[in-house]
Formats: sequence, structure tokens, C-alpha cells
Amino acid sequence: MTLWDYLQLSFVQNALLVGVLVALCASLLGVTLVLRRFSFIGDGLSHVAFGAMAVAAVVGLTDDMLLVMPVTILCAVLLLAVGSNAKIKGDASVAMISVGALAVGYLLMNLFPPTGKANISGDVCTTLFGGTSILTLKSLEVWLSIVLSVVVVAFFVFFYHKIFAVTFDESFAAATGAKTRLYNLLIAVIIAVVIVLAMKLVGSLLISALVVFPALSAMRVFKSFRGVSICAACISVFCAVAGILIAAANGTPVGSTIVVADIAVFGIFSLIGFLESR
Amino acid sequence: MALLSCQDLSLGYEGKPILEHISFEVNPGDYLCIVGENGSGKSTLMKTILGLIHPLKGKVLTGDGLRQNEIGYLPQQTVVQRDFPASVYEIVLSGCQGRQGLRPFYSKEDKELAWMNIQRMEIEPLARRCYRELSGGQQQRVLLARALCATRKLLLLDEPVAGLDPRVTAEMYQLISDLNRRDGITVVMISHDLEAALRYATHILHIGARIYCGPVEDYLRSETGVHYLGRGGYRP
Repeated sequence: MTLWDYLQLSFVQNALLVGVLVALCASLLGVTLVLRRFSFIGDGLSHVAFGAMAVAAVVGLTDDMLLVMPVTILCAVLLLAVGSNAKIKGDASVAMISVGALAVGYLLMNLFPPTGKANISGDVCTTLFGGTSILTLKSLEVWLSIVLSVVVVAFFVFFYHKIFAVTFDESFAAATGAKTRLYNLLIAVIIAVVIVLAMKLVGSLLISALVVFPALSAMRVFKSFRGVSICAACISVFCAVAGILIAAANGTPVGSTIVVADIAVFGIFSLIGFLESR
Repeated sequence: MALLSCQDLSLGYEGKPILEHISFEVNPGDYLCIVGENGSGKSTLMKTILGLIHPLKGKVLTGDGLRQNEIGYLPQQTVVQRDFPASVYEIVLSGCQGRQGLRPFYSKEDKELAWMNIQRMEIEPLARRCYRELSGGQQQRVLLARALCATRKLLLLDEPVAGLDPRVTAEMYQLISDLNRRDGITVVMISHDLEAALRYATHILHIGARIYCGPVEDYLRSETGVHYLGRGGYRP
């Protein structure tokens, strides 16, 4: 089969569409997260979501999203919106919440094995590398991704200047009357929603990579916030498309292939940045 | 009427007071320097005036038509800012954010104001440059231009010359002094540099174990001033 034949398949089309949208949302949010020293929040929140899923499975909730989403949003708000005033800050608080949630979730699943799910280590692995594989998406999931992406992109465009002001200098923004608490809250909620949904689709490993790599690559070369934001979005979309096509053609795991594409672009942009600065 | 008045303020964190019974006024055209030892609560006082921290007791009042969100602020640099990818123009323009409310984009007036303040700070050639590539003195000019976008009346400066070399420090003091004398902007500045404070300021607020607030000339004769200067280290 040639590449063109692959593109005719509906599951490849779905994977491309969802991959591109998730990559786009993650990279837009990634710029502010990386600059605020919250690069690991994607990883942290997906561990929280895993812990919540374990609890949902143990208590026997049929739709675990009812528990997972609120818990993850709560943790995101605690980390991002309240975190700046808390006693444990930044990376330490992310590490604490993430490792704690992972351990508690795993322990609960061991103590009270949910019926019908004997393979616990298999479950952990799916969480890391993607539950429903991106190549077996249902149409509901595709629509959900589309709606969510429209919301995230609209939020980013309309709040672009506010996100910039709050990221660059939160105390100045607050002192001159910007509603920084509200903006931080909104950013935290959006990030939590994106991470939970993306984790279901592509796994927590990939979501972290999608948050950090495009933003960091763009920062090597571009010198304005606008330039970095646009470039990060383009890199992320490009790498998602390239990764999915290469994976489909060669039978490699999709998530890892996208991450490798992101690493390659980071290398290229670092080189360009280095050559420019000389 | 006073632009800013603090009435019997007690400040601190988590209910533990650092400073108690502070009362002072800032009038239009004043140049007030806040001096005192490290840890005496200078930055906390400034954050309280800005409404970033709630006072434990007492009140901060603005007057003379000044609103709480019309105070220009020059904070100390944070770690995040040192390698921030943003152009000078983007940063200066963000000074207008406080008046935006929920409006998503800047108006033409906002953009004109940003350009005017870029010219005022003589950083026009740098407008498209990246903030992280600038020298310390240039970065302070950018942040001052941003502060000027937020206010027409009152500037609060938290150690504006920290980490600058002597020549750039002198330029910075001259710039601030010009804003105060020529443009009539009231200045409240935290300073460790007592020599400069005595030279440029009209009023001194000394906080710590002893508190003094009043004109510079009287400070030199006051018990607090004599005590502080007499211990050496800051003597001109």
C-alpha cells in the first residue's frame, strides 16, 4: 500500500484529524506552561486522572469521566491558580500530586481489583501510552475532540493578550487591575480538560511531549510571544501529521513516533538558533 | 487632597505582622523614597499599596481622582522574565491590560500610548528586539515604559537600579527624576541607595524599628536619620 492508499482509510483520517487538533491545543497551552515553569503539569495531571480512574473503577462507576474530570480540574486549579501563594511551589507541588495520585491509584487497584479487569499492569501501560489507540477512534470521540479544540483555540485567541500579561508578569497585571485570578482559573480548567481528553486518546507520555517540545523549539528561534505561539502551533501540527503518517506506513507506535518527530524538530531549531546567535 | 494615604497600616503575612502603625500621605508631585534595612517590609508595604496583599489592619486610600488600577508599577525582575521570548513592543503594550476588562484586543489609543512611552524612554530602536537580549538598563527602561502605560499620575518603583552598573544607574535616576519634575508624575521608590535617595527625593519614609516620614531635610536631622546614617555604610 502506498501513502495515498492509507489516506483513503477512514480510521487514518480520524487519527490525523484528532492528532492534529490535540497537538494544536497542547502546543498553544504549552507556551504559557513552559514559561511558567510548569512543563511537567501534563504528566502530573494525567497521573492524577489515572488515580481518579482507579477510584472510579473500585467504587464501580460506569462512566469514570464523572469523577476523573472534576478531580483533575480541581488539581489543576490547586496547582496553577492557587499554587503561586502556596507554601509548596511549582515543580515540587506538581511532583507531589502526580506521584501521590499514581501510587494511591495503583495501590487501590491492587487492594480492590475491579471485576473484569485482571491485568493491572496492562491498565497502567494504557494510561501512559494511550487508552483507546488513536487508530481506533469512535465518531463520538472525534466530534468531542473537534468541539473541544474549537473552544481551546477560541479561548486562546480571545484571551491571548491576557495570557501574555499574566504569564510575563503576574504581579504587575494584578496591580494594574487585570483579573489575574480569573484568567489563571480559566487557564487551569482548560488545561485539565485538554489533558484528560488527550490522555484518553493518545496517552500521558505523548501529551507531555506535545506540551513542551513545540514551545521549546519555537523559543530557540522566535523572539516575540506572538511568533513563538504561532510557530509552536505549526511545529506541533506538522509533527503530528508526519508522525501519524510514518507510523501508519511503518507500523510503529503512533505516540512514540510523533514524539520522535518533535525531538527531531527541536534539534533542528536548536541548531538554527545556535547559528543565528553566532 | 493626597494622591495616596495610608492610615494606621499593619502589614504582614498569615496574620503575623512585620510592620505596624504606618501612616503617611503622598501628595501630587512628591518623590518619596522608602528606605530601611533588609526584611523591614519595604516590598510588603509596596505590595499592600498596590492591593496585591491585604493589610492586617488599617487602610490604603487613593484620592485626587486616582483609581486603584491607575498606579504604574515597576516590580523587581523575576526569574521567568530573564529568558522570556517577547518583543519590547509586546511588553510595553501589556501595560494597558489593566484597563482592558474583558475586551480581547487592544485599541488604537492603547497602541499609540505604547509607542509614545517607547519614545519617551528612548527605546524606539529596540521596539522589535527580544526582551531577553537586552542589557539590564534597557530592560528597566522597557518595564518603566510599560508602567507609564498603566498610569499618568503615580509610579511605584521597587528597587529600579538593582544590579545595574554605576553609569546606567545614574541614567536611570535621571530618567525617573525627569518624569517627576518635567512630567509631574508622582514617584514612590524603594531604594537601598541612601545617597541617591537623599539627592533626588523630596520625602523619605524610613521603616523598621524606628519609623520616620517627612521631607528629606528634616530626615537628616531626625533621630532615625542620624541613627541610620551614623552607623555608616550608607554615608555619602
